[in-house]
This record gives sequence, structure tokens and C-alpha cells, in this order.
Amino acid sequence: MVAFLIRRTFGMILVLLAVSFVTYLIFFKIPGGDPAIRIAGRTATDANIIAIRQKLGLDQNIFVQWWDMMKALLSGQLISYYDGTNVVQQIKEGMPATFSLCIGAGIIWLGFGVLVGTISAVSAGRFSDRAITALALVGISLPVAWLGLIMRYLFSEGGVSTVMPDGGYVPLTTNPAQWFFHLLMPWFTLAILFIGFYGRVLRSNILDTINEDFVRTAKAKGLSSRRILVKHTLRASLIPIVTLFGLDFAAVLGGGAIITETVYQIHGVGFYAAQSIQTQDLPPLMGVTLYGAAFIVVFSTLVDVAYAYLDPRIRLS
Amino acid sequence: MATTGQEEFTLDTASELAAEEGGSKIEGKSPWALAGRRLRRNYAALGFLGVFILMVVLCLLAPVYTTRVSHFTPNEPNAGGFVRENGQKIPVISHGSTDFGQNGSVKLTAGGIPIGPQWGASGGAYFFGADGLGRDVGTRLLYGGRNSLQIGLSAAAITTIVSIFFALLAAYFGGATDWIISRFFDLIWAFPVVLLGIALGTALSIDGFHHWGINIPAGSLWIPTFVIAFVFIPYIGRPLRGQVLALRNREFVEAATAQGAGSLRIMFTELLPNIASSVLVLFTLIVANAILTEVGLSYLGAGVQPPNASWGTMIADGQDVLASDPWLSLLPGIAITITVISLNVFGDGLRDALDPRAKVRIEH
Repeated sequence: MVAFLIRRTFGMILVLLAVSFVTYLIFFKIPGGDPAIRIAGRTATDANIIAIRQKLGLDQNIFVQWWDMMKALLSGQLISYYDGTNVVQQIKEGMPATFSLCIGAGIIWLGFGVLVGTISAVSAGRFSDRAITALALVGISLPVAWLGLIMRYLFSEGGVSTVMPDGGYVPLTTNPAQWFFHLLMPWFTLAILFIGFYGRVLRSNILDTINEDFVRTAKAKGLSSRRILVKHTLRASLIPIVTLFGLDFAAVLGGGAIITETVYQIHGVGFYAAQSIQTQDLPPLMGVTLYGAAFIVVFSTLVDVAYAYLDPRIRLS
Repeated sequence: MATTGQEEFTLDTASELAAEEGGSKIEGKSPWALAGRRLRRNYAALGFLGVFILMVVLCLLAPVYTTRVSHFTPNEPNAGGFVRENGQKIPVISHGSTDFGQNGSVKLTAGGIPIGPQWGASGGAYFFGADGLGRDVGTRLLYGGRNSLQIGLSAAAITTIVSIFFALLAAYFGGATDWIISRFFDLIWAFPVVLLGIALGTALSIDGFHHWGINIPAGSLWIPTFVIAFVFIPYIGRPLRGQVLALRNREFVEAATAQGAGSLRIMFTELLPNIASSVLVLFTLIVANAILTEVGLSYLGAGVQPPNASWGTMIADGQDVLASDPWLSLLPGIAITITVISLNVFGDGLRDALDPRAKVRIEH
């Protein structure tokens, strides 16, 4: 296990380095033109550009440039050239809002996904299964931005009522009731896509597992069908769902909830990135992209380690 | 993503299972013919394929709509204009007004609200209303749809072709080739899809792409197309690589090698036909995902750039006036949802037809 942990951690660090290099290439090398002009944004002055060119050491070797950039980022010195704010600081400030949104949505989508998938598999072929399957399909086909806007129109801007708050975020420490109230619609908006998807995956997993030998043995032992479902079938079918959840959850925490945050004006990490698109302000985008990728890489390592802990075959391979 | 897991849709299973469904009737028919027969009996899948084709045809007819119905081109502003209805002149963008009542009361009406859907009352113009610049929403819906569909379909086609190529190379040669290609997949996989799309989309929206003799200007539709194609490569490449890997050591490959077939011949005439059914299913589902991604990127401003319309930019255009003009965001969203649902239903039907084992299993 120790050897596995060391190997996996080493691999993770290599991937993080590669990811940061690719991110560097995206922002500095892929677009044409002078990167100093580009990174200075739309409101640059000549003095600005010269300062940036010197600061970034753009005349140096590409690897040196990349390494300096990463050092600047990690030591919290990456500055937005649009409004001069500190990128790392801004990402940190956005994290409570993003985490509030993602943790709530994650609980909803995992809970409803499992519920929907199980009901649908148990009643396979019947009306309730068809109805759920159809709804799940609609769920994965809705554009998130549109779903959010429609919910806002219907429940906060008078389409049906004006009961719900029209976007915005209230910190948990300021007012827990308002925090919950403001996040209710964003949670469901973010969760619906995943509920549909998880429901479909779990349904087919359960239907696969039902045909396994160990389920037949449980049946032959005379266990009740409820017990077989909960203790045997569902437990085995949930393993792939847990993996999926680990990675999807990492992706939304890492800024993947950007559209939901933008629609509901939740000032989280994703919202920060979305604002930077409008001003073509590249340092914040680079910061958020790296932050998101780091979440995915670290979480997928954690999922692997959890698997290795549960299944010895993996750590020996 | 709708493409995790490594489902096996080989045509072998199709023929195995065909035996269960019709006995003697299936003798002498190819697996493709059997799959086609199963698909023809799936009316839901066929119906939704029809819906998708209808959407494509409608969007292709956008220029006809412009000349025959709306008489507006998609990017033609008309903010100060009027339409005539039953002899009345209605401003395209409403004017504010101040009415003084007799008892000294003042009634203020806010202006600047674009005209709503006219449903043909004004002779075709503004059938679905106007946007904030007085542009015809119906015309923009069709032209925007054309852009969204073009980006979705070409991005999916590029991803699929590139992924097939990588998957065949990686799984056939193995060793260092496999290692490099797999790490390349891992690297793209490590970024959240939307964030990588935004990073590339924004970086390329500034100056366009000018490398290796390829020049793409900044506002081009090819930028979102290539960005989306790039982002989805591992989502097809990984499952296909797994399938080719499983086929690599089968007897028919050995037989081809024994007959003296070269690497290219084995890859493209022996291995490729065996993954063709999965490619078809994955392609359908990736088109749906590519359209949704285009909408997300364009909504955030990192996809299709103004003045070009796409369904995503139209949703964004309408969001600030949601309370007064909900149709501006509502209509493109409905168009996207219909298109994506029809692709997903058809994709599911295609999977059931090509991989009946999954279906038989579910019907227990």
C-alpha cells in the first residue's frame, strides 16, 4: 500500500506539472501576437506592456517562462491586468460561495440520482420506469444556462410568482436562512443534469447486477427481495456511481459550475472566471483553469487510493 | 458526460442475439441488416430522428425565411423602426411616455422594450418578436441554429475522426505509442470540460489562431468548433481504445497478419469495421453534447462571437431583459432542448438496435 501511495502521489505531481504547462501554452503560445499585449487586456498602456514583458521574461526560454509563471501563481503574486486585483486572493474569496453551491447540489443529485435509478430499475419496463427514463433524458438534454434563466423567470421575476430571490448569494455566516433560500434554485439547476445522468447509469448497473450469480445465491438463500436489493444489488451497483461522483464533484468544485454561478450571480470561483471572459482578462482565467484541473487531478487520485484500499488487486497491478 | 464506461457494442453480439429473436427469419442477413430492422421497429427513435432532421432543414432554410417571410437579415438592426399592423404604426422598440392626469397625477411608462411575438400579424416581420437592437428574433433563431448545428456536427465529426485514429494507433501498436496517446487523453481529461473550453475559446478569441501556416481569424466559427472538438477527444478516444485493445489479439487479426496484411490494412479494414457500431452511437451522443457545450461557451462569451448569432449567444442576449421579454431567452432554449432530446433519444435507439444484448438484459 505504501509503495502504491508513493507511486500514485508521484504520478499526481507529474500530471499537475503537465497540466500547468499546457495551461501556460494555452494562454501564452497558442494565440498569435505579443503575449504581453494580450495579457495586458483591453485597457493597456505602453508602459504597462513594457513592464509586463520584463516581468514575464518573455525573451527567455519557454520552460523558464513557464516556471516563473507558476512561481508567481503559487506565491500569490499573479495580478489581473484589468483591475489590478490579486488572482489567488479573488479565487480564495470565491470559494465559500462555490463550495456552498456545489456541496448542496452534490447532496441533491446523489440522493435523487440513486432514488430515481433504483425506482426505475425495480420497475423496469413498467410505466413508472418509462416515465422516469423519459424525464432523465429531458434532464440531460437541458442547457444549464437556459434552465437557470427559466427558473428565475418563473419563480423570481413574476412568470408564476416572485417568491424566490432573484439571484445573488448570502454567506452562511451572515444569515443561514437566507443562505439556504438563495441557494435553493441554483442547487436544483446544477443538480438536474446529474440526476438524469446518474439515474440512467444506476438503472443499467442494477439491471446488470441482478443477473449476477451472487444475487441468485441470495435469492436461493431465501432472502427477501428488499434485502437483496439494498444489501446486495444496490451496494454492488453503487461502486461506479461513487467513482463518477468523485470526479464530477471535483469538476464542479473546480469551477465547472461556472454557468450556474453566472446565471444566478453567485460570486464564486466560476463567476470570477466568467467575468474575466468579458474583459478578456487572461491571468484570472489561467488561475481558475489551473485551480479546476488541480481539483480533478487530486480527487481522481483520492478515488484511486480509495479503490486500492477496497480492492487489493488494483494496488498490485 | 454521456460517454463514460466502456460499453461493448460489437456486431458479434448482434448476431448472437439475433438468433434469439427470430429463428429462421434472420438466416443469411448481415448484422447491419438486423440492426437496421430493429431500428425500423423503434418508432420513438425514428420519430425523434425525424425531429432532428426537421430542425436541420428548417435552419438550412434560413435564407428563404429572410427573403420570403421576415425581410430582415440576421444582423440587421432596426431599433428606430416601425411595423404596420391593421393601419397602426407600432415602434419596434417601445418609446417611454409621460402622461399627466387631470388631477395632477403623473403616469410614467418605461421605454426601450422590444416588440413581442406578432404571430404573423405584421406580415411575417417579427413573427417571434425583436431583440434589444430591433433585430428579428425568428431570423436570428434560424441563422443562430445554423451556426449551433454546424459547430455541433463538425466538432463531433472532427473529434470522432481524430479519436478513431488515436485509438487505433494506441491499441494496435501498444508500447510507447500507447503510453504517449493515453497520457495525452489523461491530460485533456484532467481539465473540467467547460473551463478548458473557456480557456481556449477566450485565448483564441483575441487574435485568432496563426500557427504552422494555419490562419483562423478571431471571429471565425471554426474557433469554437476546434475548441469543442479538442475538449471531447478523450471522451471518445478512451472507450474506443479499450475496444480496439480487446479486439487486437483476436483470431481474425492473427489471420490477417498471417495473410501478410500490413499495419494500416489491419487497422482500417479489420479493426475499424468492428468498432463502427460504437462509433456511430458515440458520434450521435457527442453531437448532442457538443451542441450543449457550444451553448454554454457562447452563453459565457467564449464561443461564437458577436455579431454572429448562435442559440447560446441568443440566450445570453435575452437574460438582462428576462422579466419584460422572456421570449428572447425562451425560444432559443426550446430549440436547443428539442434538438438535443431528439439526438439523445435517437442515440439510445441506435444503441439498442446495434447492441441488443443490453436491451434483452433490461427486458428481463
